[in-house]
Amino acid sequence: MARKPVEFTLNGTETAVFVEEGANLLDVLRQGVGDLTPKYGCAQGGCGACTVRIGGRPRLACLTLAETVVGAEIETVAGLGKNGALDPLQDAFMTHFAAQCGYCTSGMLMAAKALLTREPSPTREQVVQAISGNLCRCTGYEPIIQAILSVAEGRTAGRIPA
Amino acid sequence: MPLTVETYASAAEAQRALGPEARYHGGGTLVMRDVNAGDTRFRRLVRTTDPTLSRIAPQGGRLEIGAGVTMAEIIDSRECRFLAAAARAVGGPAVREQATVGGNLFAEHPYGDFTAALLALDATVTTADGRERPLPDLLTERARAGASTTARLLVTKVSVARPAEGTFRFAKVSRVKPKGISVLSIAAWLPLSGGRVSGARVAFGAMGPTPLRHPAVERALEGRALDPTGIAPALAAVSDGLSPQDDAIATAWYRRQVAPVHLRRLLLGEP
Repeated sequence: MARKPVEFTLNGTETAVFVEEGANLLDVLRQGVGDLTPKYGCAQGGCGACTVRIGGRPRLACLTLAETVVGAEIETVAGLGKNGALDPLQDAFMTHFAAQCGYCTSGMLMAAKALLTREPSPTREQVVQAISGNLCRCTGYEPIIQAILSVAEGRTAGRIPA
Repeated sequence: MPLTVETYASAAEAQRALGPEARYHGGGTLVMRDVNAGDTRFRRLVRTTDPTLSRIAPQGGRLEIGAGVTMAEIIDSRECRFLAAAARAVGGPAVREQATVGGNLFAEHPYGDFTAALLALDATVTTADGRERPLPDLLTERARAGASTTARLLVTKVSVARPAEGTFRFAKVSRVKPKGISVLSIAAWLPLSGGRVSGARVAFGAMGPTPLRHPAVERALEGRALDPTGIAPALAAVSDGLSPQDDAIATAWYRRQVAPVHLRRLLLGEP
């Protein structure tokens, strides 16, 4: 099977990997690079579990042809925390019990990160819109919305988990 | 089955490379679903980096939009603000970063809400061979030959009328909000002359094998005011011109029953 070299920046680190032609970015990240934070859900663009940021914007890794990300800056949950401290969003998700089974959490975090980067003070409606492509079957969404709003309002700061 | 990915510098080269075992890769939201599902009907993905596919350019009273322009770019563009509501009807935020104008033309029922908006705005479609055709012609061909076959036509741009402020309306009806699959969508371009409709164009999404215009509703609106009395003939005419189908979202019967309700709300500006 033909393989092609693809280079991109992953969480600030230059990364080069050989990919099978036609492979999606999710498989490349999980199997090629070993970053298991983007989750494999529906592989159809319906659940948002594989959401990453490419160039700061939310993207579905499962629907992204690997060849299209050459030279791109890709961010996953693995790059959120810094120096052992959680990102404020991760902290807020803990505080607000915004994760139960946790399978949607990494996608939710990246969708929220994309929102807050673009709109640091979103309305509740903007938060709802921002996570509308991400399914959660546990929480009923309200704790997730509250967690994101708490970061926007400066009520949650990152911390080192106990 | 092994796939090959071919990337061409120009749309014309990519068009020439398309063939029976090839699928065109635009934004990827449709094609990669099939790739991930192990679709064996194609073995080659053809794509292009042609920058002309990403252009948005006013041309007189019309607006040319490259087929590679994404829904997110439509929403962010001042030139395209009349299309923003229709672009927001496509997927969630991440899907809109990838989903393209050209791809929506080939999105099968019940998707393709954005195409309904293009239909109502008198869209024409230009393919990589330079041929320009009315959008309804492309959709007719798609309905006859199937989306995957017609997708071998590489669309490079669409051209739409630029409606006067406040004359273009769009609504998507779905059971789940804000992101849900269409029960139906309606797009209406309603130019007014002396307070009465003149030259209306009305299109529906998820009401047939492809998005469709509704000439009987358009005729019924001609010369009428947009008030409950004026729109009554259009509401009486709407059910007959639709070809809805059953799916997991709604039955054809339900879609036909609620079409007048949602058309009334759109025409009267009701929430």
